[in-house]
Amino acid sequence: MTNGDRKRMQDLILVERFPHIFCPGCGNGVVLKATYEAISTMDREFVFLGGIGCSARIATYFRGDVIRGAHGRALPIATGIKSIRPDVDVIVFTGDGDASAIGGNHLIHSARRNLDVTVVCVNNFVYGMTGGQVAPTTPKGKKTSTTPEGNEERPFDISKLVLAAGASYVARWTVLQFKPLVRSIRRGIETKGFSFIEVLSPCPVGFGRRNDMSIEELWAMYRDLSRGEEIEIGEISRRGET
Amino acid sequence: MKSERFLVEVKREFCKGCGVCSLLCPMGVISMEFSDAKRIAVPSHQERCTGCRYCEEICPDFAISIKRGI
Repeated sequence: MTNGDRKRMQDLILVERFPHIFCPGCGNGVVLKATYEAISTMDREFVFLGGIGCSARIATYFRGDVIRGAHGRALPIATGIKSIRPDVDVIVFTGDGDASAIGGNHLIHSARRNLDVTVVCVNNFVYGMTGGQVAPTTPKGKKTSTTPEGNEERPFDISKLVLAAGASYVARWTVLQFKPLVRSIRRGIETKGFSFIEVLSPCPVGFGRRNDMSIEELWAMYRDLSRGEEIEIGEISRRGET
Repeated sequence: MKSERFLVEVKREFCKGCGVCSLLCPMGVISMEFSDAKRIAVPSHQERCTGCRYCEEICPDFAISIKRGI
């Protein structure tokens, strides 16, 4: 598609609500921008869904059909939409707490059924909105408001969990890898079946502050994570690609 | 040899002063300054900009736009 067919930002995003609600240094704005970039060249009808959490608020900045459901229950709503209107593309914005903790069962069973939705999971390793409590994804040894001495438990690898449950397309990037992230969201929408894009995103208030990191130090940590040495980064599975 | 010029524009009302752009710009174009009791990104070295647009992509607050100059 040529550049002329690209939809303008004000046609897809509620720019009149800017500056948005996210904290300074939060990666959610980048995810919003990446999703806009991905869908701006696509001539399709979208429904944006969100559960509860900072990341779910990304959905509310889109011009179009937006539904925000109960905590962790965005995927059941997506199941309902897809069964009535299989022609629309559903994009679900969810966080690590929303997807893997309270909505963990919905996540694995939507992947098992291979529901044709695209899930953008913003993983910040912590429960950001509720005050920085320990999440199932918090790395071992990291401090949160409920683990002031450091987390003692092993974290979830959500992408591997979803892949094992049967998802078609699984990718993981950090917010610093903007162009691959845009390409992955586009591929996820084009893929028939469950597409899961995990975005590692900094939370300066919930995660950075507790671990004595400034915004700059936190983003530098994510720049190191982008190399993929500690956590596998990239397209983890492309088996459902059309 | 004078290559193409690029104009870095920061929207003051959108910028929340997180400093991510100044941290990640490979050419050191943007620096953080205090003005009117607000920390804000300022393109202090416009002449160094190569137009890679990484700051435009990475700015979480949609504050930066790059335009082609003369």
